[in-house]
Amino acid sequence: MILGKCLVIFEGFKKEIHLFKQISSHFCLLFLLSVSQSSFSATTLVAVAANFNKPMSEIVAVFEKATGHSANLSFGSTGKFVSQMENGAPFEILLAADEKSPEKLIQDGFAVSGSQFIYALGKLALWSATPGYVDNQGKILNSGGFKHLALADPKLAPYGVAAIDVLYTLKLQDKLQPLIVQGESIAQAYQFISSGNAELGFVALSQVFDNGKITSGSAWIIPAELHAPIKQTAVLLNKGTENPAAIALLAYLKSATALEIIQKYGYDLAQQ
Amino acid sequence: MLSSADLDTLLLTFKVAGIATTIMLLVGTPLAWWLSRTHSVWKGPINAIVALPLVLPPTVLGFYLLVLMGPSGVIGQFTNWLGLGSLAFTFYGLVVGSVLYSMPFVVQPLQTAFAMIDKQSLEAAATLRASPLDSFFSVVLPLAKPGFITAAILGFTHTVGEFGVVLMIGGNIPNKTRVVSVQIYNHVEALEYNDAHWLAGCLLLFSFTVLLVLYTLFKSPPLAQPFK
Repeated sequence: MILGKCLVIFEGFKKEIHLFKQISSHFCLLFLLSVSQSSFSATTLVAVAANFNKPMSEIVAVFEKATGHSANLSFGSTGKFVSQMENGAPFEILLAADEKSPEKLIQDGFAVSGSQFIYALGKLALWSATPGYVDNQGKILNSGGFKHLALADPKLAPYGVAAIDVLYTLKLQDKLQPLIVQGESIAQAYQFISSGNAELGFVALSQVFDNGKITSGSAWIIPAELHAPIKQTAVLLNKGTENPAAIALLAYLKSATALEIIQKYGYDLAQQ
Repeated sequence: MLSSADLDTLLLTFKVAGIATTIMLLVGTPLAWWLSRTHSVWKGPINAIVALPLVLPPTVLGFYLLVLMGPSGVIGQFTNWLGLGSLAFTFYGLVVGSVLYSMPFVVQPLQTAFAMIDKQSLEAAATLRASPLDSFFSVVLPLAKPGFITAAILGFTHTVGEFGVVLMIGGNIPNKTRVVSVQIYNHVEALEYNDAHWLAGCLLLFSFTVLLVLYTLFKSPPLAQPFK
């Protein structure tokens, strides 16, 4: 009896094994198809200046749908990426927060001459996580009453250079110098302020701006004439010259869809 | 050569490490003693909490500290209530972070050393009418000397090398929170390799010398099995 039951079960198994074989052969076919497709759709590795985090994530989402290529993004300070790239980091594209870093990479033979272009003009904001704390003319910088003013390390981050520029233009450099706390990138400056450890500080407008509004806290959008322009420049690295995804992504950054997203986060566009 | 800014970071680092190590020895000694003697159900949990920084990424600790030290965090509210203001971006903030971060490196060697002291020597001291405190200083301390030296050295050197926590709560302020590990990082990131080499070389020499002294001083190196 028991033996009989076993046999029945075994027969059942046989059927299942047959079914499994069929399914797996289908999967094999699918797998082969996907492999053959992947020779057309590639993946590129992109180093993105921390301030461009939100727009770039959004652009890449659209880019991946539109082209079938994909992009892996790393966010950090521009200075850090340059140093990593000069030491063999596998990045194929750099979206820098300045103009100098791509130039340096080209000069040193790591990036492709002529591939660079300005993808956005950065805007700086004086921001506090507390609503109503920063007035819309930045008078608080004069009146004081805060203990810490956060900004990105000017040695590593172009937005830090612009922030120091602003303090010099306003002749507040000496007065505010002792209150400065530096994040190693603009993302860390933001984190110091958003956690409330620094009452206010200089961030990239895009970090606190969406669809024409400040998203939280209070901010003064700093007039462009108070600092040297932040010419955010993209460049193709030598490692990316053979990768169709890298080339396609750089081209896509100039598309109307991408430009619209870039503007949505408060950036200006370079005059073409 | 070392610039004066680089020298400042070295001095500041040793100051943080010195103060943190003193605090860790003061707090760690009774804690390690209790852990080595107790059969309480709390022994396991407390041991686990003390050892946490050994396995926890420093950035996790730094992140929690940044949030907790902020104006709406528990530590921030407490220090504000004391009238001290926020600990983030201050010298003492770094000391607090270092104490939490390096504590297992002090407690564990002490605990091991205390556990090796047998009951009989303590009982002998007690029959000679030594008070518990007296026998601690005249029996336990000399017997556990290698443990104390190991604890102090490991606590100090580990604090000197601290990076992730400082990066999260420091704010890179000269003479306050810009310690040597952050300075090296910034030199490297800014492609100032020459400056980075000088500082890195100093730290390498420092670490090697400390270990050399330690291994020459003790026939059976206490570092061979610091953790049990």
